[in-house]
Amino acid sequence: MERIPILKMGAFLLVTIQVDMHDKLAMTLQDDLTARISKERARGVLIDISALDVVDSFIGRMIANISGMARVLDAETVVVGMRPSVAITLVELGLPLEGVHTALNVEKGMALLRKRLGTPV
Amino acid sequence: MKQGAPGSRIPALLKSQEKEILADWIGEQLASITQRPDLLKESDLREQSRAFLAALQNATQRGALEDITGEEWSGVREQLAELSRTRALAGFSPTETATFVLSLKQPLFNRLRAEVRDAEALADETWRASVMLDKLGLHTVELFQHSREEVIARQQKELLELSTPVVELWDDVLALPLVGTLDSERTQVVMESLLQKIVDSGASIAIIDITGVPTVDTLVAQHLLKTVAATRLMGADCIISGIRPQIAQTIVHLGVNLGEVTTKATLADAFKIALERTGASVHRPKAAEEHRAG
Repeated sequence: MERIPILKMGAFLLVTIQVDMHDKLAMTLQDDLTARISKERARGVLIDISALDVVDSFIGRMIANISGMARVLDAETVVVGMRPSVAITLVELGLPLEGVHTALNVEKGMALLRKRLGTPV
Repeated sequence: MKQGAPGSRIPALLKSQEKEILADWIGEQLASITQRPDLLKESDLREQSRAFLAALQNATQRGALEDITGEEWSGVREQLAELSRTRALAGFSPTETATFVLSLKQPLFNRLRAEVRDAEALADETWRASVMLDKLGLHTVELFQHSREEVIARQQKELLELSTPVVELWDDVLALPLVGTLDSERTQVVMESLLQKIVDSGASIAIIDITGVPTVDTLVAQHLLKTVAATRLMGADCIISGIRPQIAQTIVHLGVNLGEVTTKATLADAFKIALERTGASVHRPKAAEEHRAG
């Protein structure tokens, strides 16, 4: 079955979405990620969606949900690399992802996570 | 009545007396008050008239007089299209453009009168010629209007692009000075160009300056908030600046909630905050300070 890989980088987990998201894949990711956060005791999650060029309300809500679940498990989520068209679509869909941190690229996202968690660089 | 309009003498008349009709017609056009010697040279007018009459003559030989949409009339239509376009661009009025075709009536009717003796037949022929020329005239006006609309659409597009420049103020700091009213179409363009620029430059702060926006109502505020939300999704911060006292009052009276958006009264203040957030700072050199003091 198709899965989205979750990489561990120190105290952070890195998820890069490289394929078209469909609903089932999104649900699997949600399960996998929450399991990994609790298993690895991760403090931060980086979701790279720079390869994602189509979103719908389901995927948008899923991103918000993952962020919410991670927060409950005491991990900060940063969504990085969102494309302009995706950002506009999410806003038009009325899903401005309140409470989700965002950054322009992985590097900046990592810096943001470190800053928020007080981890030395 | 596809076959050259049997019974009508107009095609034959146009063929046999083309030269005379052309001479009369050009005379008519030159005498007309709608002729514009300032916009169109007489030689060009003569050439246009000659070519049009030749095409008309050709079309009437082959096609029906009543149906100018037929294939036989394509040459005539093309000529009219070209003529309408050039005249619209040159600044002719619709009347002046349509007169080109309609002024052909008089010479043609005169020839018919000389040719056709029978009163009833004359009336028929005159009616046919009149209907044909009216249709061509209307067609001309339509094309003229179309050319004008094309110009307007192009200008609108250019204006839209001109009015949304995104400027780089500093490393990591972008500014978007908005001038004019914000509607949904413009918001779209503004949003797209701002987000694209953020991707290109990797900026982390964008300042939207609304000094040039005359009024802010709930709709405009909503558009602004949308842009801010989209910018935030991209991972950049957004500051709204240039809020005049009047607009601040309106925003509160309307009950618009700007939420956590940072707002500043002037672009200078916003720039200062942006510099602080990116970790940069601007100092006056010591020498200059002493110079000012001394």
